[in-house]
Amino acid sequence: MTNPSSQPPAFRTSRRRFLGGTASVAALAGLARPGEAQDQPDPRAALDGYTPEFLSAAEWAFIVAATARIIPSEGDGPGAIEAQVPVFIDRQLAGEFGAATDLYMEGPFVADADPNFGLQTPLTPAEIYREGIAAFDQWCQQEQGSSFADLDASAQDAALTALSRGEAGLAPEVRDFWTHLLQNTREGYFADPMYGGNAGMQAWVYIGYPGARANFREWVGRDEPYPMGPVNIAGERA
Amino acid sequence: MARTDPKKDVVIVGLGWTGSIMGIELAQEGLEILALERGPDRATVPDFQYPKVIDELKYGIRYGFMQKPKNSTLTVRRTLEETALPMRKLGSFLPGDGVGGAGIHWNGQTWRPMAEEFRLRSYVEENFGADLIPEDMTIQDWGVSYEELEPYFDRFEYMAGIAGQAGNINGEIQPGGNPFEAPRSRGYPMPPMPEQTDMRLFREAATAMGYHPFPRPSANATQAYVNEYGMQLGPCNYCGFCERYGCINYSKSSPQTCVLDALKRYDNFSYRVNSEVLRVDLAADGQTATGVTYWDDEAQEEVTQPADLVILAAYQLHNVHLMLLSGIGEPYNPQTGEGVTGKNYAYQMNGGTTLFFRDHHFNPFAAAGSSGTSMDDFAINQIDFAAEGFIGGSYITAGLSNGQPIRGISLPEGTPGWGAEWKQGIGEWYGHSMSIGSHGSNMSYRDCYLDLDPTYTDRHGRPLMRMTFDWKRNDIRMTQFMKRQIEPIAQSMNPDSWRSSYKSGGARYDIRPYQTTHNVGGAIMGTDPNSSAVNRYLQAWGQHNVFVLGAGAFPQNIQYNPTGAVGALAYWAADAIRRDYLPNPRPLM
Repeated sequence: MTNPSSQPPAFRTSRRRFLGGTASVAALAGLARPGEAQDQPDPRAALDGYTPEFLSAAEWAFIVAATARIIPSEGDGPGAIEAQVPVFIDRQLAGEFGAATDLYMEGPFVADADPNFGLQTPLTPAEIYREGIAAFDQWCQQEQGSSFADLDASAQDAALTALSRGEAGLAPEVRDFWTHLLQNTREGYFADPMYGGNAGMQAWVYIGYPGARANFREWVGRDEPYPMGPVNIAGERA
Repeated sequence: MARTDPKKDVVIVGLGWTGSIMGIELAQEGLEILALERGPDRATVPDFQYPKVIDELKYGIRYGFMQKPKNSTLTVRRTLEETALPMRKLGSFLPGDGVGGAGIHWNGQTWRPMAEEFRLRSYVEENFGADLIPEDMTIQDWGVSYEELEPYFDRFEYMAGIAGQAGNINGEIQPGGNPFEAPRSRGYPMPPMPEQTDMRLFREAATAMGYHPFPRPSANATQAYVNEYGMQLGPCNYCGFCERYGCINYSKSSPQTCVLDALKRYDNFSYRVNSEVLRVDLAADGQTATGVTYWDDEAQEEVTQPADLVILAAYQLHNVHLMLLSGIGEPYNPQTGEGVTGKNYAYQMNGGTTLFFRDHHFNPFAAAGSSGTSMDDFAINQIDFAAEGFIGGSYITAGLSNGQPIRGISLPEGTPGWGAEWKQGIGEWYGHSMSIGSHGSNMSYRDCYLDLDPTYTDRHGRPLMRMTFDWKRNDIRMTQFMKRQIEPIAQSMNPDSWRSSYKSGGARYDIRPYQTTHNVGGAIMGTDPNSSAVNRYLQAWGQHNVFVLGAGAFPQNIQYNPTGAVGALAYWAADAIRRDYLPNPRPLM
């Protein structure tokens, strides 16, 4: 979708319905930047009605702030906040994913093994988040003088960059925290809305992914944009 | 608690492709057969039904149809000196779980190995000299020739309903097919899949460079089809949910769509799910099996199941694990090179180049798992190993098997993995990239093998299997050679940009990213009991009433996806059992 005006009318219409057209997308972009003057409602307000199942208030504030930098609201397309990615992450951590239900969790554990050996921590994903957020927030306090959620956007980006490079001093047991956070953020952005994220299929609309239509035989070999918007597993259209 | 059930003629361990094939072939003999499947039952309806299976998170990301490491995993190390650690989370490969096994969640790319691959060591020695084979490379001939197996490839392809364009029928080269393939006795049962945009661009570029592109053979049906068992397939609707999913449309060949409903009609066949075989029980003298012992999850007890014939039809890794746990064959010792069970574990050496085109719309969601245009111009029988300094080859393909966004959106070189530029990148480039991939062989080596782990155990208290594996110089040279062939093709297509990903010197095996579920070896076939775990009929050398099916039989990995050869070998072994073994049970060699 390099050029929205090249999209067929139906597609552009559906996209506008979510994002309110190009002009207000640009306006929204400004709104999501922490610490900047805002004269329109913060998109985070959409999350206000949600009561986290797993995350504490401080952890929730971290997830909202971090996902808002991983997929920011600025620019074309929804950000993690508009897509309600934090809701997705909270529900995943409260469920089987968070509890490591499918994973082999027998010891002995060698948490500091060569990363090529993958996950070797004794912690479940929910515990990785819990301990990872606490440790990273403490690092932000030490380095920047405040918790992550209270930093301005550029300091947040710098802190996340350090986290992604393994330079935030995390213990081996939580070294996979960033990998989980990034992956789960993308999941919450693109998964079917029934899991709590990808609100209104906005992320699918943005990239031109038709979701659960699952029937494209007549589109084989056609080098042109697909004209239909997405449907979800519940059968709703965007 | 424990119980002993009445004796069966045959017990089959695992009800995927090979267990289903052997089940129906032996059911036709009137034998009393019990198949034991450790996972749940699965059927197209309700398990693969639209729309609930069109769920990328549940099946594509959380691996809903795969084995849970909690229930079954292994440990991995890269050298004999390292301490192996358990694969706690799936990554590098994804063994299937439940009825249908990996046969439900594959893409359906169905190949025959080259004739030369079945006698690889002899081929290399005859053409390039034995000195070319490095000292630590333990490649072997299979003990069966392509010519012997041809009727069984044909049988499997017609049973599964493969769509493709033959390149060589009885020695006559066919236009539009693969001119380098071994001769086949007739064409494919269905015409090939239609051409997608990426396939067209690749075909045009490859043809212009003098190469020989052809449609990739596919287990995604292109027509309505009825097979020898009366099972019906319908044409693929390009749903874009093939690999990691069961087929919603009765289009992807699988045990469910091609065998199981026919098999279930035999009164002499039955199967039990959630029943994990713990070991093969051997007679006191060790010369035969008496049956198996399994864990009945429903009754929560161990069951002794006596049987005259034991068929190991689990996934390659699990067949080898059961052999090691049961004392079938002497465990391989990498120090001495003696022993056979676990020997010659091998994997697959893949790489690829991704091309970005602002002005093309590839619509990757309108996809089928096998759809692709391939070329074999750099296949095993086309390369001068002596000149290039490696043994092996690849098939090269352009094909987009899905457009699922969580599984990854290719972005141009230099695009960050998160933040505003990432978001802009996915908006600009989703649907505007294609790839040209190299799917390559992997040789076998003295120190790449499978044995039992000394530390970690499974939920039944059994030692986990331990994999010792790393990438080797020979195979890295092979994939770097493919990079040098593919990049000029990519450049000739004039993309806006392109990026390559091929293993290079010093690459170490990494269990995290998905690579391929083409694990082979460990129960290798051959004609010498001192160097192979099973004979050329897949019969255990030491216990003549145990047959071991699947890709464990490959003495090194072929340059193709394994299922075609796995299916052909299952029919080959079934035929040997029916014609030769049942009338007179004994060692067939």
